Amino acid sequence: MDVQIRNLTKTFGSLRANDAISLSFAAGNIHGILGENGAGKSTLMKLLAGFLQRDSGEVLLDGQPARLHTPAAALAAGVGMVHQDPMDIPAFSALENFFCASPRRALPSLAVARQRLIQLNQQLGFTVAPDQPLARLTVGQRQQLEIMRLLACGVKVLILDEPTTGITAAQKTALFAALRRLTAQGETVLFVSHKLDEVAELCQTVSILRNGRVVGPQLAMPQPQAELIKLMFGQEGAPAPPRPTTAPPTPASATPVWQLNQITVREGALTVSNLTLSLPRGCVVGLCGLDGSGQQVLLRLLAGRLRPERGQLLLHGVDVTRAPYRAFRAAGIEYLPADRMHDGVIGALTLTEHLLLTRKPHGLIINRADACTQAETAIAAYNIKATPDTPLASLSGGNQQRAMLALLSAECTGLLFDQPTRGLDVVSARAIWQRLLHRRTEGTAIVFASADFDELLDYSDLLLVFFGGQVSHLLPCATMTATRLAELIGGVGFAEVAARDG
Amino acid sequence: MTDNLPTETTPEALPAPPLPRTRMQPAIQLLTSAAIIIGGTLLFTTLVLLASGTAPLEAYRLILSGAFRNPRTIADLIMLTAPLLLCSAGLTLTFSAGLYNLGIEGQIVIGAVLAMVPLRLLPDLPPPVLWLLALSAGASGGMLWALLVGVLRLYTNVSEIFVGLGLNFIAIGITLYLVFGPWKRPGVASMSGTEPLPEALWLPTLEGSRLVPLAPIIALVGISVVWFALTRTHWGLELRATGLNLAAAERLGVPAHARLVQSLAGCGALAGLAGALQILAVYRALIPNISSGIGFLALLVVLLVRFNPVWVGPVAILFASFSIGSIQLPLQLGIDSSIAGVLQGTLVLFALIAQGVQERRR
Repeated sequence: MDVQIRNLTKTFGSLRANDAISLSFAAGNIHGILGENGAGKSTLMKLLAGFLQRDSGEVLLDGQPARLHTPAAALAAGVGMVHQDPMDIPAFSALENFFCASPRRALPSLAVARQRLIQLNQQLGFTVAPDQPLARLTVGQRQQLEIMRLLACGVKVLILDEPTTGITAAQKTALFAALRRLTAQGETVLFVSHKLDEVAELCQTVSILRNGRVVGPQLAMPQPQAELIKLMFGQEGAPAPPRPTTAPPTPASATPVWQLNQITVREGALTVSNLTLSLPRGCVVGLCGLDGSGQQVLLRLLAGRLRPERGQLLLHGVDVTRAPYRAFRAAGIEYLPADRMHDGVIGALTLTEHLLLTRKPHGLIINRADACTQAETAIAAYNIKATPDTPLASLSGGNQQRAMLALLSAECTGLLFDQPTRGLDVVSARAIWQRLLHRRTEGTAIVFASADFDELLDYSDLLLVFFGGQVSHLLPCATMTATRLAELIGGVGFAEVAARDG
Repeated sequence: MTDNLPTETTPEALPAPPLPRTRMQPAIQLLTSAAIIIGGTLLFTTLVLLASGTAPLEAYRLILSGAFRNPRTIADLIMLTAPLLLCSAGLTLTFSAGLYNLGIEGQIVIGAVLAMVPLRLLPDLPPPVLWLLALSAGASGGMLWALLVGVLRLYTNVSEIFVGLGLNFIAIGITLYLVFGPWKRPGVASMSGTEPLPEALWLPTLEGSRLVPLAPIIALVGISVVWFALTRTHWGLELRATGLNLAAAERLGVPAHARLVQSLAGCGALAGLAGALQILAVYRALIPNISSGIGFLALLVVLLVRFNPVWVGPVAILFASFSIGSIQLPLQLGIDSSIAGVLQGTLVLFALIAQGVQERRR
């Protein structure tokens, strides 16, 4: 089935996630969709699969305008999507899941469905046993099941969002073979990925999105990798970094803020193993990698929000491997999460109330006048556009971020910041970094994760690259280039920098 | 590019929307909400009344004014409002902490049971000492029963809703066992409860009335303490922060889990106190239905005022007046008094609907 997208636009508030996207995908091919985090790939795919509704524009399937207002409508029109995290019903068996939402006739037969599942398994070289409970299947098998379910529903356009995350090498081989076989039968496959080598291996064309716009419409593969990287991440030679270029003011003998010895830590399906690191004072460490490659796991480990399975974690030379979160806070460690409204601040409360919560003034009864004065001082010092009594939820992102910084205690020795400037305009981002670099010169260790190369390269002293739970050793930022970083993040030449004791 | 902090030219500094609009909106919202709540409640309750063949206006007149007919009904009103206010105060704490303490009924019942213990074991102590003992025992009993909810919630991660409902049944089981077993009346056990307390142990009433002045006084102190704690103390701010966003509160250094347990303990103590008052000031015996559903009625009160301690008082009085007023229904119109429950429930239902409508509009 041919897919034609014309001027598709989707906005979330003031963010143009998809901005007048026009693309066309020919039947019988595998089309790669590339783009960095937040480029709008997932939004576009969700629009096609009916999980989101477009603001304007249209989608033509085989030349006919298609109504894709719900996932069921998209399925009926022949478009199905396999999500990055399996969206299935864990309490059901494989067969029951397969049976769900298969084309509904009066009394569909389970026996027929079983036959069909077995047949599809053989045809595609998949390994899903019909009666297995879903909980016993691997992520890869659940993905295989979902593909077969969509095919049984009559899907002609198959969308796969980051399908190779979390599956084994053998499953990846089987998946690629199956996708090639499907396109030979006339299916259209849209393959969304960050991983350049996979796109190069599999796809006939590649389209590249950046900031919600198409920057490379269905380019025929193969393309030079450097060209793709340039399109994905934009031109190099950004304006000169505003950082103070003083060397990290740390004598080598000083106790590092964090010392990790052979740490293994797991969160969900992601395991970071055998990590040995030492993060000094007065130093900015940038964590880079694709979303969910382990950066957040490390941040939460360093913040005391996640306990290691093995190994030893020292904070200012003290063993805190089993210590609770409040011990980390008492030692001056602060963690600023990426999702401010989720676990960063309490949206319904005001800056004054937040100061009362964090400053822990003495006494039982709230001294509101005093707290208000403090809030006014913070508002002036951090240039927050708010009154002491504005609920934080009604502030803009940049002001919320500045408010979070204003809440940090003066004794902060280690600052963990997930996406410090995501969603902020350039000016706000610079203001945030000016604050952070000021903290750095006072000796605070700052560890931050970001998807923004300029930010990573401009402000870090050291870089750690993550790739599927593997971690590089500390790379000096001074000798790093955007191109090299993009390659490492995509796994190209990662083995050379990977921490060797892994 | 310079390194200057953002100035007034940043996109975030765009002028605020014109003021009149923002000023008008709350008024319009309030009017819409009031229209939905009052209109919806009247419509629905009237339909129920018509369906049961009752003249709606007469029924409304009795429900609304029945509680204020004479000093006796007013005394009844106050004696119902007092425990209702205590339970509502308690639930304001747990709701503020983000907990659904449906176990409040059980906490009232255990409070009542434990209040009986000193009264039965030490009847020879001077009455004021006994009253103090009974009230303290009641408060501790309710607190312990609520702490059980807290412990299970924190350490086994079972929802406080299920734990609370389960413990309600156990509490009622204990009461029935006591009424029909060890504490049964000499001779024959009966649903009417244990042997009434000796008159010397009754809390003093106003001359010629059923009104025990101590009960409303305790209730007013209870709700005032809760109001003060929630709005004026660091503890209350931390409790509200926990209820609004546990993860963020914890990140900011609030001992969130401690606050959860403390809110349950506080609620249990207030509910237990209400249970003790049911024994000392209302029934003067342990009866199987000692809580009289006051805990669930308090849930409605607190849901209606959205955990705002200032409004708990007026709404508790309103709901109690419906309950007392509706007692006139079987006497005068020959219909069941449960129509008060319909009215109270519908009111809360439409209040929640109105809230949902406002949120969708944003």
